[in-house]
Amino acid sequence: MADVITYRQAVAEGIAREMRRDPAVVCLGEDIGAAGGVFKTTAGLHEEFGSGRVWDTPISEQAIVGAAMGAAMTGMRPVAEIMFSDFLACCWDYLANEIPKVRYMTGGQVTVPLVVRTANGGGLGFGAQHSQATENWALTVPGLKIAAPATPADVIGMMAAAIRSDDPVVFFEHKGLLATKGPPAPPDHVVELGQAAVLREGDDVTLVALASMVPLALAAAERLAEEGIDAEVVDLRCLVPLDAMTVLGSLAKTSRLVTVEENPYQGGWGGTLVSIVADEGFGLLDAPVRRVAAACVPLPFADVLEAEVIPTVDKVVATVRDLSAY
Amino acid sequence: MTAAPRTADVSDTAELLALYEEMAVIRRTEKAAHDLFLSGLVKGTTHLAAGHEAVAVGASAALRDDDYVFATYRGHHHALARGATPEECLAELMSRASGLCGAKGGSMHLTKASGNMLGSYAIVGAHLPMAVGAAWSARLRGTGQIAVAFFGDGATNIGAFHEALNLAAVWKLPVLFVCENNLYMEYTPIADVTAVAHPAADRAPAYGIPGEIVDGNDVVAVREAVDRLAGRARAGDGPGLLEAQTYRHFGHSRADPATYRPAEEVERWLKHDPLDLARGRLAELGVPAGTVAAADGRAEAVVQAAVEAAKNAPAPDPRDALTDVWADGGARWRT
Repeated sequence: MADVITYRQAVAEGIAREMRRDPAVVCLGEDIGAAGGVFKTTAGLHEEFGSGRVWDTPISEQAIVGAAMGAAMTGMRPVAEIMFSDFLACCWDYLANEIPKVRYMTGGQVTVPLVVRTANGGGLGFGAQHSQATENWALTVPGLKIAAPATPADVIGMMAAAIRSDDPVVFFEHKGLLATKGPPAPPDHVVELGQAAVLREGDDVTLVALASMVPLALAAAERLAEEGIDAEVVDLRCLVPLDAMTVLGSLAKTSRLVTVEENPYQGGWGGTLVSIVADEGFGLLDAPVRRVAAACVPLPFADVLEAEVIPTVDKVVATVRDLSAY
Repeated sequence: MTAAPRTADVSDTAELLALYEEMAVIRRTEKAAHDLFLSGLVKGTTHLAAGHEAVAVGASAALRDDDYVFATYRGHHHALARGATPEECLAELMSRASGLCGAKGGSMHLTKASGNMLGSYAIVGAHLPMAVGAAWSARLRGTGQIAVAFFGDGATNIGAFHEALNLAAVWKLPVLFVCENNLYMEYTPIADVTAVAHPAADRAPAYGIPGEIVDGNDVVAVREAVDRLAGRARAGDGPGLLEAQTYRHFGHSRADPATYRPAEEVERWLKHDPLDLARGRLAELGVPAGTVAAADGRAEAVVQAAVEAAKNAPAPDPRDALTDVWADGGARWRT
């Protein structure tokens, strides 16, 4: 086993491990076969498993996710790729109306064990239609589980949990993290969905982050440490199931909360988390909560403009600094 | 699940009589649904399929019991043809705990998963890719099953229709697309909003799929056409498309008296009723009128008993509103 693995390699490795252990796991998506995916996140799968288990599709997002649903209802465990998370809108009917509701509206008769993988978020200069952090779209829909790993080992462990889940999972792979490296995952590594991780312990403030915002929050915490502010960093990992208890547990120690979100402030997941804290942990707080999130504008193209819109280390540091003085 | 088709030969009078009786049960169930709605015992809406019976019954007769079926919000007849009982269906419409979906689905979502009737979907055209996926799954598992998507003429102008046909064709999957062309996309004539004369069949060749047209009110013709297309699909020759020409006896939904339909058109189609056609065939085969009347009597008794049983069934437990979201049976979204 290599000393380090990239996030993008971890995606393919995570899928491959599940395909080896369960013949019901099949992949479908645009350019995922011999091409290995436009982000190379399926590299090697076609070579190992062949065209009988790794299926190239036309550019037909409705057919991809709809077919994955039909296959999941009838004994398979499909892993469907929607190339960019912005394109989830092209098959939104399946994510909003079909997949998450069929179990419920049939009175529990039907199970839909599928994974929809997608490359999420900004940071690569792809402009407004290829850069959105769209996890909040899924968060508005009861019946979808939502995974958004931040490290290569978590990609593998959460991919295992997602593919083994009997419920539908939308799996957000962050484009900005694809080239990042981390320790490899041990054999049989499974990270159950809905378990946040405390990545850095601290006593002064809790930073809650997801996916690309996790390394950003960690970098901010290092900067803050130089100023004598000791930040605890929680990687939420999943939005559904949501591990609010770990956040509340951290707040019991720090009494201050900042959410760090790449998605727009309006409708962001931080709003849900903060409302839980207000309901169940108000007495733990010594200061208002703060949310560092993207501005409510489409993602602009130029780096300087994008940085103005989405969270940066500077913005997180400034927010925490203000909050610490409260 | 049996592996054999349910019927052997529709020239067999007993078999044809059975198909007739199935259609008679569906007709009476739809009439009962209509009456129950008017009496306030069915809320929401219904999209009745009276007039479409031959499509569901004829197609089902040509399928294996383990083949997959996907239907639309106008799907009572498909649920019934694939094994749901009138009591289960009417109880669902009447919001009873004994309903087919525990009263969580309602008229537009009748589903009988134990019979591989995998649902009725109320977003037009959405289920066509699902049927493609079920057919893909059948092929991956090597079961010899096929999947059938029943849909209306209106669905042919939805993007998912075209995506589904293309994917099914390019992957050569064992799926049948069966269009129930009842001439109206909801309230609007399909011809007014569609660029081709046969909204389904004329589009199929664009995807390399044979598109056939059949008299959708003739249960024997439907059965034969589906049998032929299913045979092709099962043999690995890819998807098929059947456009069944039919007519709904009621409006689009409960709110629609269908006054937009020309009187002579309605009269012409009501004279081409699928039950009448089947009766005519039975008479030609020498089946006595009394035998057919007995089948009608049985259908009437089944549906009457179903109405009474559904009326007497309890309402669902309110706590069940918070079950069945997840595979563990619950709705818990936090750990």
